[in-house]
Amino acid sequence: MRILSLGLVRGLLAGLAGFAAGAGVTALARAVSGLPAWSAAPAAAVGTLTGLVAYLLAAGVFTDWIAWARGAEASDPRHGPAHGPGWTRYFNPDPSHKVIGIQYTVASLVLFVIAGIMALLMRLELTRPGLQVLSPQTYNTAVGLHGIVMIAAILVGIAGPINYLVPLMIGARDMAFPRLNALSFWLVPPGALLVVTSLFTGGFNTGWTGYPPLGARDPLGAQFFYSGVFLVGLSSILGAINFLTTIFRMRAPGMTLFRLPIFVWATLATALISLTATQFIAMAFLMVVLERLLGMGFFDPAKGGNPILFQHVFWFYSHPAVYVFVLPGLGIISELLPVFARKPLFGYKWVALSSVAIAVMGFFVWGHHMFTAGLERPLIVPFMITTLLVAVPTGVKFFSWLATLWEGRLSFETPMLFVLGAIVIFLVGGLTGMPNGIVPTDLALQDTWWVVAHLHHTMYGGFVFPFLAAVYFWFPKVTGRMYSERLGKWHFWLMLVGVFLTTLPQFRIGLLGMRRRVADYDAALGFEPAQLGTTVGGLLVGLGTILFLINLVRSARRGPLAAPNPWRSRSPEWQLCSPPPEENYAAPPVVVGGPYDYGVAGSAYVRLAERPATGALTTGATGGR
Amino acid sequence: MKRVLALGAIVGSMAAALALLLLRVPLLPSPASAEAQPIDRLFGLLAVIAAIIFAIVTGFLLYALVAFRRRTAADEGRPLHGHAGLEALWTLVPLAIVIGLGIQGGRVLRDITRPAGGGDALEVRVQGLQYAWLFEYPDLGIRSTELRLPAGRPVLLRLTARDVIHSFWVPEFRVKQDAVPGMETRLKVTPTRVGEYQLACAEVCGVGHSFMRAKVVVLEPEVFREWAAGQVAQATVAPGAPQVEQPVVTAPGGGLHAHTVAGTR
Repeated sequence: MRILSLGLVRGLLAGLAGFAAGAGVTALARAVSGLPAWSAAPAAAVGTLTGLVAYLLAAGVFTDWIAWARGAEASDPRHGPAHGPGWTRYFNPDPSHKVIGIQYTVASLVLFVIAGIMALLMRLELTRPGLQVLSPQTYNTAVGLHGIVMIAAILVGIAGPINYLVPLMIGARDMAFPRLNALSFWLVPPGALLVVTSLFTGGFNTGWTGYPPLGARDPLGAQFFYSGVFLVGLSSILGAINFLTTIFRMRAPGMTLFRLPIFVWATLATALISLTATQFIAMAFLMVVLERLLGMGFFDPAKGGNPILFQHVFWFYSHPAVYVFVLPGLGIISELLPVFARKPLFGYKWVALSSVAIAVMGFFVWGHHMFTAGLERPLIVPFMITTLLVAVPTGVKFFSWLATLWEGRLSFETPMLFVLGAIVIFLVGGLTGMPNGIVPTDLALQDTWWVVAHLHHTMYGGFVFPFLAAVYFWFPKVTGRMYSERLGKWHFWLMLVGVFLTTLPQFRIGLLGMRRRVADYDAALGFEPAQLGTTVGGLLVGLGTILFLINLVRSARRGPLAAPNPWRSRSPEWQLCSPPPEENYAAPPVVVGGPYDYGVAGSAYVRLAERPATGALTTGATGGR
Repeated sequence: MKRVLALGAIVGSMAAALALLLLRVPLLPSPASAEAQPIDRLFGLLAVIAAIIFAIVTGFLLYALVAFRRRTAADEGRPLHGHAGLEALWTLVPLAIVIGLGIQGGRVLRDITRPAGGGDALEVRVQGLQYAWLFEYPDLGIRSTELRLPAGRPVLLRLTARDVIHSFWVPEFRVKQDAVPGMETRLKVTPTRVGEYQLACAEVCGVGHSFMRAKVVVLEPEVFREWAAGQVAQATVAPGAPQVEQPVVTAPGGGLHAHTVAGTR
């Protein structure tokens, strides 16, 4: 049974068995206590818990900890899997940050494809008025799944580059807690699976926001949705603990805070939010689950609850979460621009601290999602002001980027194209957010397609384009091979045109009265051409994504061998061979200068210690080949 | 200096063209309430500001793509590390702009929510339920499934919901307010233009959400009075009869959830 040597397969099979056992025990317990034996919701709830534990145990996530608890030695996977080919390493719990980074990145791409399929289903339905393809129930579930799976894809997507790059960038050997790191990743597959299971268990109608009372009355699918989000959130919190500890405790000599690569600053800011705010969405969703399962009426007015309370708790995370999504992306823009402009990052400290400022301010704006919910007037105006203030540190980033280009020497390889595209797309996202932040105009825009288009611009510009830039930029580092520039450029142009073709009609009809989350619209409104444009835009994005995946797979296997530092980057990870050796640096590199002194003659950033001549440790096992 | 001038010309012409475009093309449905006017003016102001900022950033980018293109492979840029004055400038100017916008937004909000003086407002109780709207005019003793309003008179909508959260929105009125179970929310709106509009639920409320609409009719005040009198007469003719036929909307293809749709009442 070679297939069982894969932790993922073992875990999922055991998870299913654990789920069945938990459900069975619940039925038994109910029968014993005189209740009707079968009730789907409690059986599924207990099954989810037992299934999760069985999955983690069987996958092997706890193996080392259990060994330690028993006083035994933990396994050392540093030199690849003990048996089986090299690729099997990626399907087993592995404490190496480079393996985990690749696991996260690939998982993110898988989730993107799932969420993208949901989007295309919605496009199929909306291209013409009337109901053609989906029932309203399935449509609503597709809306919610598209949203939440994309969010999971983004949370997982930022963890990919962060895991792979942060230890390399700060000159560390690994993350501070490698096994906790593996646990964070291994919570993602069951989380995603639970969320998608909602599709087959009655679905849910609320969209990804899960508002009660609707969420409390929805079919069983809603319970799977809430539970899945809970797990992804837990993964995000554990990841943040690791990122912060690693950044604060494991920097190489001389790597002071203001010599950190800017991406590390972005990680720091984003981890601060994940660590301290994710609990709120978890609590909000847990309370709805308890209301559903045990009749605790937290949000039920008939039992003294308050539906608005949920929105406060929910948005207290879910707005800062937006900055969790975009801060790493903005960090990638700041990281890559100097390399392709051959110039220092303009105003490094301002850019670094603006990330922290955005992270902190993000905690004070949640009420702007509730301008129409019936907040007290004296609350609304302060929320409007704090929301608008976020534009200030964001503006600092934009202007610093522009100044970085000034008198630079730009070249336009695929990563740079995606960075420039990200700037324009995120700019539109920011500008179209102004009327959402200002109460009177938001009263017209709330819950319309204007908001849909706006948020997609912030996500495309703040996450998707920078993420793609990062994948192309570090592809030669991770694989040792070069991607196809021609396919990469096709990918870029398809995406850029696709995004605007999707969103410009959405902005337009959102202003004219197209509501969010509707399966159908009045033919008399004349929205059909705009809907068609949006569908074509979505298809272009889909086509670009297919080219991207082909490029990745083909280039990883057969791409030309990459030069050690094809971008002439100063960052420490590019001073290593590609893929980097298992232990990263033979000895901690010494940081002797600033990170972005491009064009400064004779400047240096890091000095690497000489490798031991034997080379015994330099057989990088992370290449997957 | 030549560079700055060229850049200024590009940005200036882009900003002007874009602002003109945004102001000329009607972007919103034609307004039908007194509240819509200050809101639309605010939209116009934001469109101009957005056009200017968009032109600055993209104009600069376009210029940089051409002017700062790398010519030889080993070419390096000028090592400018930063400029505290510039950073302060592009912190303080946006700060001033957003504070100004915040003040203006607060003013417009105050104007559109100011209570109508002297008990002049027509009060309508609005109830949202899966998937219909019910309207009650307490002063007139009328209930209806259509919202009929007199033109030119402020209306105070007192909203609530029977089951889940709904949201009251007539695009031509601009303003929007959620209807929340267990509490009352309020919305002031002053219809100005006679005509028929569509009220649609803006907060996703279940399988029938797409179809949760109601007709809104704005009438000349005297026509409204006639309609109200007729309704009152009708109600007194048939005492005890159900005053409002509760509409049950069955969403086509309701799937798994169809029984709850039909069972709303």
